[in-house]
Amino acid sequence: MKKLIEGSMAVAESVKRCRPNVVAAYPITPQTHIVENLAQMVADGELKAEFVNTESEFGAASVVLGASAAGARAYSTTTSQGLLLMAEVLYNIAGMRLPVVITCANRAISAPINIWNDHSDAMVIRDSGIIMLFAEDAQELFDMHPQAFKIAENPDIMLPFMVNMDGFILTHAFESVELSDQKLFDEFLPKFNPALKLDPANPITMGTLAEPKWYMETRYKLHETQQEALPLIQKTAEEFKAKFGRWYGGLIDTYRLDDAEIGFVAMGSLIGTLKEVVDDLRAKGEKVGVLKIRSYRPFPKKEILDVCKGLKQLVVFDKSFSYGWGSILQNEMRNCFYGSKHNPMISGFVVGLGGRDIPPSSIIKAYQQTKGKEILDEFVDVNWELVGVRR
Amino acid sequence: MADTIRPKKEKAAVEESLFTSGHRACAGCGEALGAKLVMDAAGPDTIVATSTGCLEVFSTPYPESAWRMPWIHSLFENSSAVASGVEVALKALGRKGNTKIIAQGGDGGTADIGIGCLSGMLERGHEILYVCYDNEAYMNTGVQRSGLTPFDAHTTTSPSGKISFGNQRPKKTLLDIAAAHNIPYAATASVAYPADLQRKVKKALATPGPTFIHLHVPCPLGWGYKAELTLEIARIAIDTGLFPLVEIEWGKVTRVRKITKDKKPVEEYLKPQSRFRHLFASEDGKKELAKIQAIADANIAKYGLV
Repeated sequence: MKKLIEGSMAVAESVKRCRPNVVAAYPITPQTHIVENLAQMVADGELKAEFVNTESEFGAASVVLGASAAGARAYSTTTSQGLLLMAEVLYNIAGMRLPVVITCANRAISAPINIWNDHSDAMVIRDSGIIMLFAEDAQELFDMHPQAFKIAENPDIMLPFMVNMDGFILTHAFESVELSDQKLFDEFLPKFNPALKLDPANPITMGTLAEPKWYMETRYKLHETQQEALPLIQKTAEEFKAKFGRWYGGLIDTYRLDDAEIGFVAMGSLIGTLKEVVDDLRAKGEKVGVLKIRSYRPFPKKEILDVCKGLKQLVVFDKSFSYGWGSILQNEMRNCFYGSKHNPMISGFVVGLGGRDIPPSSIIKAYQQTKGKEILDEFVDVNWELVGVRR
Repeated sequence: MADTIRPKKEKAAVEESLFTSGHRACAGCGEALGAKLVMDAAGPDTIVATSTGCLEVFSTPYPESAWRMPWIHSLFENSSAVASGVEVALKALGRKGNTKIIAQGGDGGTADIGIGCLSGMLERGHEILYVCYDNEAYMNTGVQRSGLTPFDAHTTTSPSGKISFGNQRPKKTLLDIAAAHNIPYAATASVAYPADLQRKVKKALATPGPTFIHLHVPCPLGWGYKAELTLEIARIAIDTGLFPLVEIEWGKVTRVRKITKDKKPVEEYLKPQSRFRHLFASEDGKKELAKIQAIADANIAKYGLV
């Protein structure tokens, strides 16, 4: 059934169909509509789950940690400051190998306080061991959650999974979404039945102290498993396509990239804008295309190198920044190509921090500026008078 | 069948504690003793969430574990929230049955860094017993001051010095804070009285809803007394009125341990402990002793201990 619904509702409808046993959350804009919808579903008996209102995001993450350890399918959602407050627990969940799924309504980080979209929050936990995918629109979000649970709970993976969605742009926009039936979800997503759980019938100790003799191996395993998740993420997207008939890419996706000379690179909802821009530029004879990074952790280096073989230049549009170093996705892309046979020029623009609009005209302007010329760490659409910098 | 070797029945019947020996606690550790008593009172059908701290570190250095029951440690400040997750998971999965859930932590993990999560657990009404093992400082990190460090105690971050008598604040009123959530049962207990402690654990676990036990567990290393004196020190803490044994149900005090016959001056408690040594080194120290006596007297008056 196709329905015009808000992105947050699409997420809630999808999470409901994934049949989580425990949902724990703390309200924070722009995540609130997701939890409100889930709470209503529980209140109406549509979703048979324990809904826990916690005293903080730290508490919410800890509740889903405990629930997952006891063998429950557990879900939470947050953003920005909330994600930072969860960070200590999320690292712990990854280290304890618990397949919790979290939706992050990506938002800027304080100060100054700002409730609008960028990707700074997600970057804070990118090194935690959590699997991180970015969705492009409401339909992809609806479709990504069952894939998230399936990948996370795979006995060979057992890692937490964070679905990233652009705050407001995706959480609050209404889109036409195909709300697939429960039956399809049930066929696609098996029940969660972990081999190890907290159970008096078979007492185990979870969360031990690992002295220097043991610690490094557990951390190596995190990386190894992230690498093992690469083919599984691709395979799961293909399985999803076979059952549901929808496709948003596996680890990456491309748009008119095959014969392109210059590729635009981004994550999340900006992909939609970039596709529009590419169509406009193509109409004018420019050979451009889009590379969408769907899986950010694990980072699909091989797949990226494969699809970029014919490109002369990549232009990365980044919604996050590492202060004192540079634009994060830009530098990860540059690192990706270092030492490879094919080395396209890579430029990077910082866009949309704190919800600054990213109109197609800004992308086109950046493209014209950088075509054939390397530009790095360039902040787009900044009011330089306000910054107080002479240019 | 006559040739079949069977395990000796007597041997099999030897009851091993759910919190086994062989862990790495110091000699005379009050917390290890407390944990053993709590677990054996709770029984094997119990899931335990423990905060970071001495108890976690000395009982579970991988690949060893002293816990013969399902046990989880996550972080310093979240055992109450992790236990909340365990409880709702069991309910959602239809596995709750009679399984009991205990969350536990030290004084710092409970009264300081973990008090937010604890408050959430108590307020939400989870069926969990929270046990705070109070050894009155951050012992795991080397005796730093916590919100439950007593007045005038010397710790490494509240040292006594030329112009200081050590920790300048009284103990946080943890029992009152827990009871103020209007929970069905909150109590203090001490390793000095194992039967009383185990009765309280059983009572708490038999009571529906969230329950709380504040357990006094002396620490020979951090308090500076001889390891064999743990129970003695614990007992005098009660006899002086410095650690009153009380039970609170739905906000009302329902039972206290009277100290009418045993009442002792605070000096008897303070003197054997090096953390209070500075109070006996000067004339001004006597004034401090009077202040501590006033704290004990206030406790005695508050709960009618004599």
